[in-house]
Amino acid sequence: MTTDERHSSRVAFDVNGGRRELTLDNRTTLLDALRERLGLIGAKKGCDHGQCGSCTVLLDGRRVKSCLVFAVTLDGRSVVSVEGLGGPDELSPLQAAFVAHDAFQCGYCTPGQLCSARGMLDEVTRGWPSAVTDDLTAPAELTDAEIRERMAGNLCRCAAYPHIVAAIQETAATR
Amino acid sequence: MRPFRYHRPADVAEAVAVLADEPQAAYLAGGTNLVDLMKLGVQRPDLLVDVNRLPLDAVEELPGGGLRIGATVRNSDLAAHPAVRRDYPVLARALLAAASGQLRNLATTGGNLLQRTRCVYFQDTGKACNKREPGSGCAARHGQNRDLAVLDWSDLCVATHPSDLAVALAALDAVVEVHEPAGPRDVPLAALHRSPGEHPERETTLARGALITAVRLPHLPAARRSAYLKVRDRASFAFAVGSVAAVLDLDGDVVRDVRLAYGAVAHRPWRAYRAEEELRGRAFSPQLAARAADAELAEARPLRHNGFKVPLTRAITVRALTELAERTPAP
Ligand SMILES: Cc1cc2nc3c(=O)[nH]c(=O)nc-3n(C[C@H](O)[C@H](O)[C@H](O)COP(=O)(O)OP(=O)(O)OC[C@H]3O[C@@H](n4cnc5c(N)ncnc54)[C@H](O)[C@@H]3O)c2cc1C
Ligand code: SF4
Ligand code: FES
Ligand code: FES
Repeated sequence: MTTDERHSSRVAFDVNGGRRELTLDNRTTLLDALRERLGLIGAKKGCDHGQCGSCTVLLDGRRVKSCLVFAVTLDGRSVVSVEGLGGPDELSPLQAAFVAHDAFQCGYCTPGQLCSARGMLDEVTRGWPSAVTDDLTAPAELTDAEIRERMAGNLCRCAAYPHIVAAIQETAATR
Repeated sequence: MRPFRYHRPADVAEAVAVLADEPQAAYLAGGTNLVDLMKLGVQRPDLLVDVNRLPLDAVEELPGGGLRIGATVRNSDLAAHPAVRRDYPVLARALLAAASGQLRNLATTGGNLLQRTRCVYFQDTGKACNKREPGSGCAARHGQNRDLAVLDWSDLCVATHPSDLAVALAALDAVVEVHEPAGPRDVPLAALHRSPGEHPERETTLARGALITAVRLPHLPAARRSAYLKVRDRASFAFAVGSVAAVLDLDGDVVRDVRLAYGAVAHRPWRAYRAEEELRGRAFSPQLAARAADAELAEARPLRHNGFKVPLTRAITVRALTELAERTPAP
C-alpha cells in the first residue's frame, strides 16, 4: 500500500556498529527494516507475532523480538543482529560453541538463538533471577534448568535443544 | 495494516492533549500487544503516540515504605529490582512467569495492565466478537471456551484478562496513577478493570485518552511472605490456565492477614475477598484454605469446556497458602 509522507518517517540508528539512515513507512518493523531495507537477512521471520524468537536481536544491548518493534521508534538507538556477533571468519565464542556442539539442524532458529543467548548471558551477569531461581535474593547459578527457562522464548522446530543448552553452558563456563 | 502517523510527545501533558484531540490515536509502549493486534487488524489506530521516552521509567522507594513504579519500567527490570525481589516476591514471581525474556525486555508496567484479552475469537476479525465489534455477537460463548471465564462473565462476553502482573498487583492493593484529560487521579488496581456486563468493549474505568504514569505499592511487610503460582499448558512461555497470587501473615498458626487474587478466571484480575474473609482470624490448615477457595468459587459458572478451572483454582489456592504457611517468615 502506498502512503503519503505523514505516514513515513526519517530514522537514524546504529546497526552492528555503523550508522544507518532510512526513510521508512511507519508500519515497518525492525525485523523488516533489517531484512528488506538493510539486506541483513540473519534475523528470521518465523511467526511475526512474538511467539517463536527467530527474529531476536539486541536493542541497546538487550534481547528483544524485532517483529514487535516499529523501526520508527528507534531514532538514536543501537541494534546488533546476528551479523554483528561475528562473521564466518571470526566467530564469537558463542557461535563457535554452537558449531562445536551441533546446536542446530536446519539453522532457521539459530540467529535468534544466538542473539537471545548473548542477551541472556548478560542478564545472568547482572544477577537477574528467572522463574526457576529458588532464592530471588541470591545471585543466579546457571544450571541447565536455568538455561532452558531463560531460553524459553526461542523455539526450535528441529528440537536441537539439548545441544543448544550444552553450547550455551560451555560459553558461560569459559567466559 | 492501516497506515498511521507517529508522534513522540515531549511530556505527559502533551501526550494526553494529543490523545484528547485524536479519537483514533493510541499510546505505544513496548508494543508487544499493540503491534501484534495491529498486524491482525484488531486494533487500527491512525496515530501512535510513543510514550517510551517520557520520564516514566524509574522505580522509587517511597519514604515510609512502598514503591512507585513508573509506567514505562520494563517488566524485566521490575522483576530484577532488589526491592521487588526482597519485599514483594509475589510481584517478581508473577513477572518472571510471564511471556519470555525478550518480551519482558520490551513490555512495560502500563502496557501490561492494559493488554487485551487472548480470546482467540477477539483476535480473529472474521469472527463475531462483542468486544471488538459491539453488537456482533460472541463466538466464544458457545465455541471453544476452555481458556475463558468462570466468574462474573456476561452473555455478551466470556473473556478473561491475561495479565499475570495485574493479579499480583491486585493482591498487593496497588494504586494506579493516571493522567486523564480532566487531570491526574489515583485508581485502585482492583477498580481499574471492569466486568464485561452490557459493554465488553469498555475494559477499564479510565477516561478515553488516560495515560497511566505509575503504579504505587503500599508498604506491606507481610508481602515478604508471598507467592505466585501459575498453571499453564507447558512449563514455560505460556499464558495462565489458572493462577493465584497470595500474601500470608501468620501469628503462630492464626491467620492475621491474607491477600488472595486469581488470574485466568474472569474479565479482570480477581481479588478473592470472600476467601480472605474465611481465612482471617482462624488457625491455618489446608482444609481451611480449601473451604476458603470454595466460598470464593461458589458463584462460579463454568462454560462448556472450562469446568476444570474451578477445582484447579481451588487446588492452587490450597497449595500456595500451605507452602507459604510452612515457610519460615523472613526476619
Ligand atoms: C507470545 C506472547 C506471550 C505472552 N505471554 C504472557 C504471559 O504469560 N503473561 C502475561 O501477563 N503477559 C504475556 N504476554 C503479554 C505481554 O505481557 C504484554 O503484551 C505486555 O505486557 C504489554 O506491554 P507493552 O508495554 O508491550 O504494551 P503495548 O503493546 O505497547 O500496549 C498495550 C496497550 O496498552 C496501552 N498503553 C500502553 N502503555 C500505556 C500507558 N502508559 N497508559 C495508557 N495506555 C497505555 C496501549 O495503547 C495498548 O492499548 C505475552 C505476549 C506475547 C506476545
Ligand atoms: S468472549 Fe468476549 S472477546 Fe471473546 S469472542 Fe466473546 S465477546 Fe469477543
Ligand atoms: S518472528 Fe518474531 S517472535 Fe517469531
Ligand atoms: S535448527 Fe531448525 S528450527 Fe532450530
